Amino acid sequence: MITLNGVTKSFDGGTAFAVRNVSFEVPAGAFVAIVGGSGSGKTTTLKTINRLIDADSGSIAIEGTPIQAIEPHALRRRIGYVFQGIGLFPHMNVAANIGITPQLLGWRTEEIRARTIELLDLVDLPREFATRMPSELSGGQRQRVGVARALAARPSIMLMDEPFGALDPLTRDALGVNYRRLHDRMKLTTLMVTHDVLEAVLLADRILVMRAGEIAADGPPRELLNDHPDIEVRTLMDMPRRQSTRVQSLLENGATHR
Amino acid sequence: MTSEASAWTAAWRLLPEYVSEHVVLSACALALGLLISLPLTVLAVRCPRVRWPVLAFASVIQTIPSLALLALFYPLLLALSALTQKLWGTSFSALGFLPSLLALTLYSMLPIIRNGVTAIVNLPAPIVEAARGVGMTDAQRLWRIELPLATPMLMAGVRTAAVWVIGAATLSTPVGQTSLGNYIFSGLQVENWVSVLFGCLAAALLALIVDQLLGLIESGTARRSPLRIVLGVSILVVGFAFAALPRIGGSATAYVIGAKNFSEQYILADLIAQRLGQAGHASTQKTGLGSVIAFRALSRDELDVYVDYSGTLWANVMRRTDTPAREVVLKELTVWLEREHGIALLGSLGFENAYALAMRRDRAEALGIRTIDDLARQAGALQMGSDLEFFERPEWQALQTAYGLTFAGRRQFQPTFMYKAVRDGEVDVISAFSSDGRIAADNLIVLEDPRQAILPYDAVVLLSPRRAKDPALHHALASLIGAVDIESMREANLEVDREVGKIPPAEAATRLDSRLRNATLSP
Ligand SMILES: Nc1ncnc2c1ncn2[C@@H]1O[C@H](COP(=O)(O)OP(=O)(O)OP(=O)(O)O)[C@@H](O)[C@H]1O
Ligand SMILES: [Mg+2]
Repeated sequence: MITLNGVTKSFDGGTAFAVRNVSFEVPAGAFVAIVGGSGSGKTTTLKTINRLIDADSGSIAIEGTPIQAIEPHALRRRIGYVFQGIGLFPHMNVAANIGITPQLLGWRTEEIRARTIELLDLVDLPREFATRMPSELSGGQRQRVGVARALAARPSIMLMDEPFGALDPLTRDALGVNYRRLHDRMKLTTLMVTHDVLEAVLLADRILVMRAGEIAADGPPRELLNDHPDIEVRTLMDMPRRQSTRVQSLLENGATHR
Repeated sequence: MTSEASAWTAAWRLLPEYVSEHVVLSACALALGLLISLPLTVLAVRCPRVRWPVLAFASVIQTIPSLALLALFYPLLLALSALTQKLWGTSFSALGFLPSLLALTLYSMLPIIRNGVTAIVNLPAPIVEAARGVGMTDAQRLWRIELPLATPMLMAGVRTAAVWVIGAATLSTPVGQTSLGNYIFSGLQVENWVSVLFGCLAAALLALIVDQLLGLIESGTARRSPLRIVLGVSILVVGFAFAALPRIGGSATAYVIGAKNFSEQYILADLIAQRLGQAGHASTQKTGLGSVIAFRALSRDELDVYVDYSGTLWANVMRRTDTPAREVVLKELTVWLEREHGIALLGSLGFENAYALAMRRDRAEALGIRTIDDLARQAGALQMGSDLEFFERPEWQALQTAYGLTFAGRRQFQPTFMYKAVRDGEVDVISAFSSDGRIAADNLIVLEDPRQAILPYDAVVLLSPRRAKDPALHHALASLIGAVDIESMREANLEVDREVGKIPPAEAATRLDSRLRNATLSP
């Protein structure tokens, strides 16, 4: 369970707010997606939860414990985090990257090796990739290693910032579905940032829409898809439907209504 | 054998000792520099507020000429040593290795710190953030991410530092540390260009080799090739061990012979070494020392024996301003040195190397100058040349008080260049030395000193407090006392100082030695 209450963060001492008075709760086992425009504060919100950024005010709790009460590195080892910029360690091979948190936690070597293979299978990478260096991977492959690294220490909470952004649509869809299954099976609690409304709608139990650092809407996909009072939220959530209408009319009339 | 060929062989013979000292000094300085620089680098990275002061400090040190930095450490350590003597009753040697080590260590820091800080501060932000994100502590991030990723650039800094240190280590000779610089300094002194060239080439070659090996390690860290790293490190380690080997074993019991920075001193040091060698005693030499440094080093047992001059000691060490007769000077000096410093004045070698004013014979005759009185009358139109210390010396003051000398201009030279200047007419009068072979060879005349302003300068053998009663030393050197006449010394000096057909000091010492033996055999 993740609980945010009135979380506010400004990078310039209070003139502009990256995140402003944000409150929400992700119950244990829930899969929540955050959508919103560029610069709306999604990444900042995620980072305040594992203390990569310290909020200016408001309170955050994990499983009921205020995060200030936990050592930052201990907190971070408990929470899987997928970075928007991936951030693989260029001097370590894929296996070492994936196994880093278990290693920090003092797992045994064989345990780590077994876990690495399991995760390579899960994110659909060949096992031989274990010995490759990050520079020898494609962007999408790197992203999958990033997801595997976040999952490695079997965290109960996952924070994912655009985890499937650099993948082709087929892989993206497959990996999303795979992950959702894993989430259910392992009873994970997931908070995922995505630019793709369709992805959010199809994977999440609940969607948060952020705008200018604030929560503009919060509800299950069905609810947000049906005539939300806020015009911007409506336009955003309507996106998949408008696109499918355009595809439909292409098929019927040979032209799209742009 | 031609003189060049003999100079080469003489240089070759000294190579193991010089390289060994040079390598050990440079390696220690670099290791110590690394040991200090790395924590400073981390500090500068973690606390942006101290970053600027740390880098500024390292930069400022770099702007101090390395020779001056080395020279500054001697008095500093001397004061420190006096302090520890007072506080804990133990002192340490302020000469040679220690000041050189400290100065070179400071000198090595800038490239290491600057490269290290730049490398770590400029690491890609996502990587650093990911390191925090996966749950690393500050220390883990440093050891697992930041330092490994900064290593190639850090190694590049170490490489630069190594080349600087190896180059600057040649300047540690004047503070009493043997290095490849001994070739250069002694070569400059006696105009043995083969020796100078040899020293420069050896130092450059050493720097080049070390640079290449560190480069191998650097590329190994950059390409993550353990083979290169292991290869580079092992060659460096083996090379160091090989170079350090001659130092270990033996030299602890060897006598340390000192020499100031002019030809006669080099020859006499070699002469003493040869006499000790013939008596079966090992010796090492610390040559090219400043006059004051040599005496202090002896009084602190950092040297065991060297030759000084009675007048120098009388005026500079005893700080006497009167000018008594030579026997009086010698007697009082012997008593005073024994009483104040525990130093034994073994005796006079038998010749004087006095300060004297000398002119070209033709010039002096043209001007009608024979005595310093004659000179004083015309000094206002004449140029005076001197060595680097003469104008600071009491002899100069004594001359001025006695004769009221005021020259049109005064210039200072290395002794060798001073003789050139008077020969070429650049200066009219020089502060010559009476034992200098060039006085006769250059057709100079020494001006008479009717008012006896200049002190007697008998060459005397001094033994350190620790060795003052050393029977072996007394026995081995007794035969030199009163045995070196001025003509023999002049000849030996000339053999080293002359422009064509010059020979290395060690060879001149051998010839002098055999001349002295022949003289004693056939009275
Ligand atoms: N370290 C920082 N220093 C200063 N400003 C920052 C910093 N990080 C984020 N911001 C600002 O805070 C605001 C929110 O940024 P954030 O990264 O949370 O946006 P986002 O919703 O993740 O955007 P995107 O979809 O482009 O990733 C932006 O205006 C951004 O410029
Ligand atoms: Mg973002």
